[in-house]
Amino acid sequence: MKRALLLATVAFAALAPFSVRAQDSNTQKDSAILIKNATILTITHGNIEHGSILIRDGKIAGVGTDLKVPDGATVIDANGQYVMPGIIDCHSHIAIDGGVNEGSVSVSSMANIADVLDPDDMSIYDDLAGGVTAANILHGSANAIGGQTVVIKLRWGKPASQLPFEGALPGIKFALGENPKRSNFSPPPGVEPRYPATRLGVEETIREAFIEARQYKKEWDDYNQKKAAGNENLIPPRRDEKLEPLVEVLEGKRYVHSHCYRADEILMLIRVANEFGFKIRTFQHVLEGYKIADEIAASGAGGSTFSDWWGYKMEAYDAIPYNAALMTDRGVIVSINSDDAEEARHLNQEAAKSMKYGGLSANDALKLVTLNPAIQLGIDNRVGSIEVGKDADLAIFNHDPLSVYAVVQKTLIDGRVYFDRQRDIDARPALEKEKQDLLAKEKKAAEEKKAEGKSESKPEKKPDAKKKQPPTSQSNVGNIAGGGL
Amino acid sequence: MSRAISVKSSSLQLISFCLALSLAFPLWSQRAANVYAIKGAKVYTLAGPAIENGTVVIRDGKIAAVGANIAVPDDAQVIDAAGLEVYPGMFDPITQMGLNEVGAVSATVDTRELGAFNPELIAATAVNPATAHIPVTRANGITEVLAVPGIGGFDSEGGGVITGQASTFNLAGWTMDEMQIKRSVAMVINWPSIQTRSFDFSTFSFKEKPYTEAKKEYDKSVNELSDWLVRARHYAQAKEKGSPDLFVRDLKLEALVPVVEGKLPVLMVADDARDIRNAVDFCAKQNLKMILASGAESWKVKDLLKEKKIPVILGPTERLPEREDAPYDKPMTQPAELNAAGIPFAFSSFGTSFSRRLPQYAGTAVGYGLPHDEGLKAVMLNAAQILGLADQVGTLEPGKLANIIVTSGDPLEIQTQVRYLFIKGQLTSTDNRHRDLYEEYRKRPVPPR
Repeated sequence: MKRALLLATVAFAALAPFSVRAQDSNTQKDSAILIKNATILTITHGNIEHGSILIRDGKIAGVGTDLKVPDGATVIDANGQYVMPGIIDCHSHIAIDGGVNEGSVSVSSMANIADVLDPDDMSIYDDLAGGVTAANILHGSANAIGGQTVVIKLRWGKPASQLPFEGALPGIKFALGENPKRSNFSPPPGVEPRYPATRLGVEETIREAFIEARQYKKEWDDYNQKKAAGNENLIPPRRDEKLEPLVEVLEGKRYVHSHCYRADEILMLIRVANEFGFKIRTFQHVLEGYKIADEIAASGAGGSTFSDWWGYKMEAYDAIPYNAALMTDRGVIVSINSDDAEEARHLNQEAAKSMKYGGLSANDALKLVTLNPAIQLGIDNRVGSIEVGKDADLAIFNHDPLSVYAVVQKTLIDGRVYFDRQRDIDARPALEKEKQDLLAKEKKAAEEKKAEGKSESKPEKKPDAKKKQPPTSQSNVGNIAGGGL
Repeated sequence: MSRAISVKSSSLQLISFCLALSLAFPLWSQRAANVYAIKGAKVYTLAGPAIENGTVVIRDGKIAAVGANIAVPDDAQVIDAAGLEVYPGMFDPITQMGLNEVGAVSATVDTRELGAFNPELIAATAVNPATAHIPVTRANGITEVLAVPGIGGFDSEGGGVITGQASTFNLAGWTMDEMQIKRSVAMVINWPSIQTRSFDFSTFSFKEKPYTEAKKEYDKSVNELSDWLVRARHYAQAKEKGSPDLFVRDLKLEALVPVVEGKLPVLMVADDARDIRNAVDFCAKQNLKMILASGAESWKVKDLLKEKKIPVILGPTERLPEREDAPYDKPMTQPAELNAAGIPFAFSSFGTSFSRRLPQYAGTAVGYGLPHDEGLKAVMLNAAQILGLADQVGTLEPGKLANIIVTSGDPLEIQTQVRYLFIKGQLTSTDNRHRDLYEEYRKRPVPPR
C-alpha cells in the first residue's frame, strides 16, 4: 500500500482517526441504550421484525417487540435497518506492530502476538466500519509451530492493554504446507535454507516439538509432585518459554489454530494431535477441508475458510467456494475469515456466497461470521448471537447484511458505539481543514527555513560554498567565528 | 469444461435435461446449433428501458432481434425464461485470464517478461484456452475479458514500464483464434511512480529511500519512455518516407507506431493523484490516447480527467484507501463520485481468480451511492465503450455478438445465479472445475470410523 510522503501528512494520518475517536471517548457510557424498530437477526432465536434491543452496562438486557424505553435511556431508531451480532473474524493480522512472522526458526512458540498489539493500526477502524467487533490475531504462517495468538475486541481508541477479549483462551498458530516448507520464495543471499522443506519434515518438526514438550511437562509434574509431598530442597526445572505454550496445548489450556490447505496435511495433523492427546481447535483456510469433512468433524476441530479465494498457489488450486457449505453439511463448525484487513470489511458479503455455492440457509450463512467463529474461539458464551446476557457487540446495517448493497451504519462493542457512519461523514470537513492547516503550517515553516538558508549563504560565493549546505546551527556558528570549513 | 451444448429440441424440458446431463458428462456438439430464442424474461438491453416479457433471438452468433413482440423463428431452440432476467454478459477489462493459472507457480504464469520496454508483446499469444479459470469465471456471468500483460492484482505481480498489448476475447472457444474479439486493444504502460517506500520480498519488509533518489529513478524512467516514443515517430517517418532499401524492421518500434499515431490507446496504470496528473500531462504532450487504469485517487483529479476526457478502468472496489487519512469508504464511494462528475468508468478485477468477483465490486459501489443502472453499465457496457469495442459487445442490440446471461435476478447481487449463458451465440455450460469438485466430493461416502 502506498502511503503519504509528506511528513505533515503522515503526522496528520495518525491524527485523523483520533479526532473521530476523541468524540467516542467523550461520549459518556450510557447506562441504557434502546435500539428500536429494527429487523433483528438473533442467529439463535430467528429474526424479529420491528424489534428492540435493550442494552444495560454493555450487556444485552432485553430483546423483543414490546420493550419500553427506560428513563434516561439513549434511543437509537433503526427504522428499516438490520441488527446482527458483531462480526467475528477468526483469522486476522490487524493491530500488529511490525512483522507478523518470526521466520528464523521452525518452532517460534515463544513469540506472543499479545506483546506487540498496536491499538493505532488504522485497520482496526477500517474493519470496525465493516461491522467486525472481535478478531483472532495470529502470526503469519512461516513456521510449522508459530507464535501465540490473542483474541481482541476492536475497541478503537483504547490502549493495547484493553484490546484483548477478557477471558478468551489464548491460542497458538501452526502452519502446514507450502509456507512453512518455503516453496514459494528463496532465502535471501547468504541465508541458509531452513528445515523443513517438505510436508514430511513439517510433520516431524511438530512431532519433535511435542516430544520435547511432553518431557518438559513431565519434569515439571515430577517437581510439583515432590514439592507437594513436602520435599523442600528441590531445584526447579529451568523454564523454557518455547515449550511452555506447548505444554498448555497438551493441558487443553491453549487452542491450536492451524493454517493448512491440503487434505493430506490436515489428516497428518489430526494423527499427530491424537498421538499426543490434544485437540486441534480450528483448521484455518482448510481449503481442501471439503474432501475430508467427515474426518475433520470426527476430530472435533472447526474449519475457518475463505469464501472464494483460489488458484494463487498450488495448494489452493483445488479450493472451491462450496467448501464452507459442504463442511457444514458434514457437521463441521465452519467460519469464514478474512486473513486480510480489507477482506474483513465485507465478511457479510463473503458469508452470503455460501448460499449461492452450496445452498446454506440465510441464518447458517450469517452463523459463518458470528456464532460459529465465537464457538471456535471459545467465546460463544459472551458473543456471536443476540441474546439476553451476552455482550452488546452489534452491527447495524441499512439493508439485509447478506445483500451486496448493505452498508454498516453503526458498530457497537460492549454497548458503546465505536463506529458511526454518519458521525464519520460529518467529521470529514473539519478533519480536511485540520489537514490543510497543518500542511500550510509545514509549508510555511519550510519556506521560512529556506529563506533563512538563502540569506545565510548569500555572502558565500566561494567555490566551496555548496559544501556548507544545508546550513546547520553548527556551520552558522562556524561562520560567525569566521572559521569556514 | 464443455464449451457449448447442443440442444436438439425446442422444448424446455429437454434443454433442462441436457443441462442436467451435462453436469455428469458434457455433450459436445458436432455442429453448433445456431438459432435460439430466449422468451418470457425481463430483458435489460442497456440500450433502452427494460422490456417486460421480452424475447431475444440469436442467430449465427449474433443478436438478431430484441423486443416485446418478436416472433420466434421456426428453426429456433426456445428457452423459456419466464421469471428470469436477461442482460448482456459482463466484461472484465483488466485480467490475466489465460496467462496465469497458479499465481505462485512461475511455470504457469506468462505475465512478466524481462526488460522494462516490451511493446511488441501481445497477450493473446499465450492465452491458454483450456485454463480452469475461464469456466469458473464465466459461470458468474462474465462473458468477455481483456487479458493484460505485465500488470496484476492479487495473484500477479507486475513489472516493466511498457509491458505489451492487451487482447480481448470471449470466455468460450477451442482456440484463441475462435475466442478473440480483438487481438490488440491497448498498449499497457505502468506509469513510473515516485515511490520512497517499497516492499522488498527478499527481506519481507518495507524499504525506504530518500525522495531525491526516488525522483531520480522516476525521471530516468520517464525520459526512457519519451525516448521510445520519439524513436517510434522517427521510425514511422523512416518507413513512410525513407528508402525501403535502408529500412530495417524493429519489432518494438513497429508496435509503438499506432500508439504515437493515436490509433492504439494507452492503458496507463497509475494510482496516486500526482502520478495521474503526471501521466495525463505526459500523454497530452505526446498526443497519446489515454485510458487510466486502477486510478485509486481518481477522485482527487476529477476535473482534470473530465477536462481531458480520460476514462477510467477502476481496480477492485475492495481495497483499502490509498492513504491512511483518506475516508475509510473512499474506494467504495469513488465510483459514485466519478459518475456524478460525468467521467466514464468501468470496474475490473485486476486479477484472474478474482475475476468472478466483478459483479460484487459493482454491487458494493451501488451500496455506497452509485445508481444501480450505472453499476450494470460499469460491468457490461462501459468497458466496451472505453476500449472501442461497443460495436461488438455491451448491449443487447441486433448485430452485436450474442454474449448474453440469463439470471435468477439482479446480476450484481451475490446470491444471484446465472441460469443460462450464451457466448458468441452458443449456449455455453456453466460447469466448471469448482462445481465438478463439489459434485465429486459431496458424493463421498461417510468413511468408516
